[in-house]
Parts: sequence; C-alpha cells; structure tokens
Amino acid sequence: MLELTGITKRFGGVVALDGVDFTLLSGELHALLGENGAGKSTLINLIAGTYGWTEGSCRIDGQTVSALTPQKSRDAGVAAVFQEFSLVPDLTVEENLFLGREIKGRLFLNRRAMRARAEERFRDIGFHVELDSKIETLTRAQKQMVEIAKGMLSDAKILILDEPTASLTDGEAEKLFAAIAGLKARGVGIIYVSHRMAEIRRLADRVTVLRGGRKIDTVAIAAASDATLIEMMVGQPVERLYPSISQRPAEIVLATRGISVSGTVSDASIVVRAGEIVGLAGLVGCGRSELCRAVFGLERVTSGEIELHGAVVRAPAPHSMLRAGLCYYPADRGAEGLALSRPGRENVTMAALDDPRLSRGGLLKSWRERRAIAAPLKTLGLRPMAPERAASSFSGGNQQKLVLARGLMRPVSVHIFDEPTVGIDVGAKSEVYRLMKSLVENGAAILLSSSELPELVHLANRVHVMREGRIVAELKADGITEASVLRHYFDAQTGATEAA
Amino acid sequence: MSPDTLRRRFLETGGIVILLLVAVAAAAAIVEPRFLNRLNILNVLRNFSFLAVPAIGQMIVMTTGGFDLSVGATVALASVVTAAAMAAMPDAHGLQLLVPVALALASGACVGLVNGTLVARLSLSPFMVTLASLSIVAGLTLYYTQGIPIYGVSDAFVYAIGRGQVLGLPPALLLAIVVIAIAIILQRRTALGRHFYAVGGNVGAARLSGVRTHRVLITAYVLSGLLAALTGVLITARIGSGQSTIGGTLGLETIAAAVIGGVSLRGGSGRAENVAMAALCLAIIANAMNLTQIDSKFQTLVLGSVLIGALAFDRIVQGRRANV
Repeated sequence: MLELTGITKRFGGVVALDGVDFTLLSGELHALLGENGAGKSTLINLIAGTYGWTEGSCRIDGQTVSALTPQKSRDAGVAAVFQEFSLVPDLTVEENLFLGREIKGRLFLNRRAMRARAEERFRDIGFHVELDSKIETLTRAQKQMVEIAKGMLSDAKILILDEPTASLTDGEAEKLFAAIAGLKARGVGIIYVSHRMAEIRRLADRVTVLRGGRKIDTVAIAAASDATLIEMMVGQPVERLYPSISQRPAEIVLATRGISVSGTVSDASIVVRAGEIVGLAGLVGCGRSELCRAVFGLERVTSGEIELHGAVVRAPAPHSMLRAGLCYYPADRGAEGLALSRPGRENVTMAALDDPRLSRGGLLKSWRERRAIAAPLKTLGLRPMAPERAASSFSGGNQQKLVLARGLMRPVSVHIFDEPTVGIDVGAKSEVYRLMKSLVENGAAILLSSSELPELVHLANRVHVMREGRIVAELKADGITEASVLRHYFDAQTGATEAA
Repeated sequence: MSPDTLRRRFLETGGIVILLLVAVAAAAAIVEPRFLNRLNILNVLRNFSFLAVPAIGQMIVMTTGGFDLSVGATVALASVVTAAAMAAMPDAHGLQLLVPVALALASGACVGLVNGTLVARLSLSPFMVTLASLSIVAGLTLYYTQGIPIYGVSDAFVYAIGRGQVLGLPPALLLAIVVIAIAIILQRRTALGRHFYAVGGNVGAARLSGVRTHRVLITAYVLSGLLAALTGVLITARIGSGQSTIGGTLGLETIAAAVIGGVSLRGGSGRAENVAMAALCLAIIANAMNLTQIDSKFQTLVLGSVLIGALAFDRIVQGRRANV
C-alpha cells in the first residue's frame, strides 16, 4: 500500500537518507531498526509529510505522489503518533480527538455524533478511556491510546508509531500490543520504530534495518536472529553487549536505613558497597526512582536515615551530595538532564563549576574548562565530538553521554543511574555499560535502577526488588535471573499476575 | 565556513543588532543633521545609560526564564527614596550623600528580593509576581508623594552626577559602561553567570547538577532591582527632584531592549553587549523623533513596531528550523 523507491533526503550538506527503498503491506507491522541517527525518524517524518524528500518517488495505493505535506499525507490515510504527544492537556479526550475537525451542525457542535464516533474508535482498538477526562489526568499509556484513536479517527490505513512503549509500564504496553493486533486484523499497515528487540520480535512481520542513512536490508522477522539484527544495525558483530565486570565489594559507602518518601517509598533499607553494582528492580511506579531521588535530596525523606561514607546525611540536597561524592543521573534527560539550548560543554561542567580546577572565587578558567572536558568526553565517545554545539543537536545516546560526563568531571565515589539506557541505541548502550565497568573496577559504587531485566542480570552483583514502595527481596550473584527477579514483581498473595 | 555556520555565527554574535544600530544611526544622521551635534550625542548617550542599566537587569532575569515588570516602578521608588532622604538631611555633603544613595539601592534590592523569593520558593509565575509588585510599589510611591515632585535634592549631587562630566562624558554613561562590562564578565567568566543560563535553560538539570537554583533566581531578581534603583538615582541626579512618575514605560522598554538584543523569551540565552547595543538603538530612535518633533505619543507606537520588526526579522533570518 506504500512504496518508496530510492528516497534521498538532504539537510543542507548532510545526507540523512541515501536511496532508501521501503514498502509497507496492508495488515503488516513493519519495524524500523537502527541506531540513533540512522535515519529512522527522517524516514517516518517524510512519510508523515513533515518535510519533503530530495530525490526518489513515492506511491500510495498505486498512485504516484509527487510531494507530501502533513495535510496530503493525512488525506492519503497516514496517521503518525510521535514521541511528543500532540494533545492539549487542558482539554478532554473527546475535545482533543476532534480538535480542528469538529462535527458541526449548522451553528453548534454535534456532540452526540462526535461521542458515538469516538466510542466506536476506542472499541475498534479495544481500549477504553473516559471521554470526559482531561488529558492531563491520564497515564502515558492512556494518552498514547488517545493519540492512536485520534490518528485512526479518519480511517487511517497507515499508522506510524514512534517508540510507543518508551515510557509505558509492562501492563500498559500489553494493552497497546492488543490494540495493535486489532488494527492489523483490520488491515491497517503499521510502521513501528522501537529500540526494544523483544517487542519487535513479538509484533513485527518484517524488519528494515537502517544504518547511516542507508538501508541495510529488509528481512522477515522469523528469518533473522537478534544477533544478526544487531550486527546489521551496528555494522560489526557485537562480541558482547554486556562486558564482564569483576566486582570486588569492599566497605559500605551508601546505606539507607528504613527511609520513607510520602506515598512512594516505605521503610526501604539498602546498602551499596564500593566496587560493586547494586541493581534496583521493579515495575515502573514501584518507588525505585523515588528512592534514588530521595538519596540525592530530590524527594523529601519523611523518616529513616541516609548514610554516606559512614556519616549520617542530615538534609540531603544535590549540591551537598555532589560535594560528598554522590552523583545521580536522571531518567528523563529532557526534563532534568540537559539545558538543551546551551552548548554541550556547559552542560558537562554544570555540576563541577565549584571545583578549584575550573574556577576560583567564582571566576571561571575558560581554557581549563575546555581542556578538562576533553578526557571524559573521549572516554564516553561523544559523537560528534563537538562540545560547543547546543546540547539539543545531539542524538539521544549522545545526550546521555553529556549527562554522564558530569559524573566524570569531579571526584564521585557513588553513582546512581536511573534508567540509563532508556531510548538509546545499542551502540550507546554498550558504551554506557563499559563506563560502568571502568567505574566499578576503579573502586566506585553503582546503584542501578532499571526496568531492563537483562541489564540487571548481566551487570549487577546484587539486586534489590521493589514492589509498591517496599524492598521485597534481595538477590545475589547466581540467584539473579530474569525469572527470579520477575517472581518478586507481583504480589504473591493475590497471585493475579504471575509472569511466565 | 559553510553558509549555515556563517548564519549561526552571525546570529550568535548579535549581527542583527549591529546592522540595526548602523542603520538607525545612519538614518538619524541623514534625516536630522543636528543628530551629530556633540551636545546631542552626549544627550543620546545619557538617555542610553538610563535605559541600558535597567535593561541589563532585565536581561539577567530573562536569561533565567523570567520577566521583571516591576523595573519602572522600582526606578521611581529609588528616585523618591533618594530625594526624600536628601531632603531629610539638608546639610549633608560629600560622602554623607552616599547614605540616601545606599537607601535607594537597598529599596530596589528589597523589591528584587521579594520578587525573587516568591518566584523561587513558591514557584509563582514571574509575570504575575512582578506585575503585582509593580502595582504595589507604584501605589506606595504615588501615595507617599501624592504625585508631587520631592525637592531638596542636594545641589552637589546634581552638579557632580547629574550635570557634571568626567573625562568629557556624563558620569551616568561611565557607570553604564561599568555595569555593561561587569555583566559581560559575569556572563562569560563567572560561575554565577553560567548558573543563570543553566537555570533558564533547564531548571531541573541545574538543580540536579548541584546548582542552588533558588539562590540563583533570587540573585537575578535582586540584581535587577538593584540596577533599576541605580537608574532611579541617576535620573534623580539629572532632573534634581524625586518623582513617582519617571519609570513609566521602562518595564516595556527594557524588555524590548533585551528581546531586540537577542534574549530568548524562554530563557537560557542572551548577551549583555547585544542588549546594550539594542538599548543604544532605542535611545537613538527616541532622540531622532524628539529632534524631528514627532509627537511623543507616537513614540510608544514606534517602540512597539521596532520590537515586532526585530522579532520578525530574527525569525525570518533564522529560518523555520526543521525538527530533525
């Protein structure tokens, strides 16, 4: 139903896509795989009509289309759901669905018709959202569904989903997958961008791998192993994504003693030793992230104690924790990680300006600053190595490197990583893991909060599992397997959702 | 260098403001030859100082992602405080005159402290907070003076600061140059300056990096209040009396200078030297209109048009960025 031939897109002198062929069949889910900067988002943006292509041709339903605009693309039956939602938070679900294409009588809105149409759409995708709730009160999964329903409102035949599960919990993702199955059954062709291999394996019919703006290949998912796909993405065989880390636990550097954060964490006690990686596992919303944030002084601790290097921390606050050698790397790079309009360099040194190497009496030593960032950025492999560029101009993985470089700019002995690999590509992931390896092997302690089980299984020396704000289990060494961690995710008492 | 890099450089270094400045100055000189008269140039530079000083404060607040609408009211407050304190100590001379000036500066810093505290600690909208403090401060000064100028400003003060010359230049101009120079150093060479950008760029990231964001925000508003008060003192020395009406449109004019000077309304960027050049442009435009005897009522109209023109031009040159 969609056929792109030899599509090339240049931005100024940069070739973002180079002669890419792409086809989409009716009722199939076609996954796009590739590292950040491979051209995935350029390709879906071209199909959605965000910008035109430089060379090549496009046929939709056998009709040659010379150029696409967002409007033309929509008329041709394309609906795109991007990572940034296009919903107005203050309006209700129904108002958002029909925004700009309200069904009107002669003078007034025909609310009954809109309501019926909306309910029909939600039935089609097998998901229910209260039509009168305001968008801001919805969970991310519900917003995602509203976004999809909005796309489907005009009977779209081609649906583009850009990392739809990036911030969904497992349960929410399940609902999305069910809705996707329903759409496929109705003959909708779906273009699906994701970094999660398991998800692609489960949903996709065919996969197209892009690398550096070129199409590497299109294969049926059944015919390719994960290793093959990763190799196609990265361009070389991945020896191992996870480095082998020699953990030598020494003295306790960080301990929480029964700390609670109102509404999210209750009575949590963990210890982290120098020279080891301690994992924090649990479903999204179990209090993992809040526990990490509380330790760094970002959430108010209502009871309990935090001990750093054997001393009780009275009032944890980011500036004093940094000074004491503890650094927290946030999960949400956009909201908390980077000042996007500022140069990469300033973002890297943001946490280290009080270091006497960089400033004296409040005056900065600019030339030293430029020199000081060189080594950390080289270690992390920032690409492109252009720290004077605005942080916004880097890809997700490289933005993460800018955030992580902060911890290398000053003496840090305890690193707290909160979802360090969310939304970054395989190459950047392995660089993050290698960084952790070198930190731990040089005697630092790492607390790693993650929803990626393989990450915890391969990297952690011990894993604490959290459920509903409490620490429910501690697993050690060989006892850490995906199955053993998962068993503690859900309440054994109700037994409602025992995972396989 | 590729055209893209060139264009970015041009924008970053304030190329637009330089172009605008040259164009405005040339136009003024062609339309009205008296513009180039030495006394008139000094007059322009003096008025430039009265705008540039508070505009630097406005810029600092705006780089943190805020606004300070109370600038004009604070100028008037400082003027009234200076005059009232001088009238209360009639025999004061020399160093004693520093007391009224210190009081005036302290009053401006207080307004900034309250603004900053409300914005930082209670996360109130800067727009609303400073709009309210504008109203309160203006109300106070108007009530105290009943709209009547306060006389009794020390002659020595007027002759030295207001009408005197140092190295052939108005003292206000020299002070403005010092303020601009300090601001440039602050922005490029100090941790505090970097923190202003960081807080405006992403307050969450700044906090996570150990920046004491509340303190930084409060400092920004205090600096703005302080610079507004300094302006009030300078204007008082010039006109020789304390007046509750002098700040009038300064809130808008300082924002205009900042925006024309390339300060982003969303915070996180802006440079002092460009804001100073923008202030000079506005001072030249106002002077040219005075010389050609254009009705003063038209002047705010022109100010608004220049503001919109600068914004539109900037957007067109920048081009609509593709979201890659």
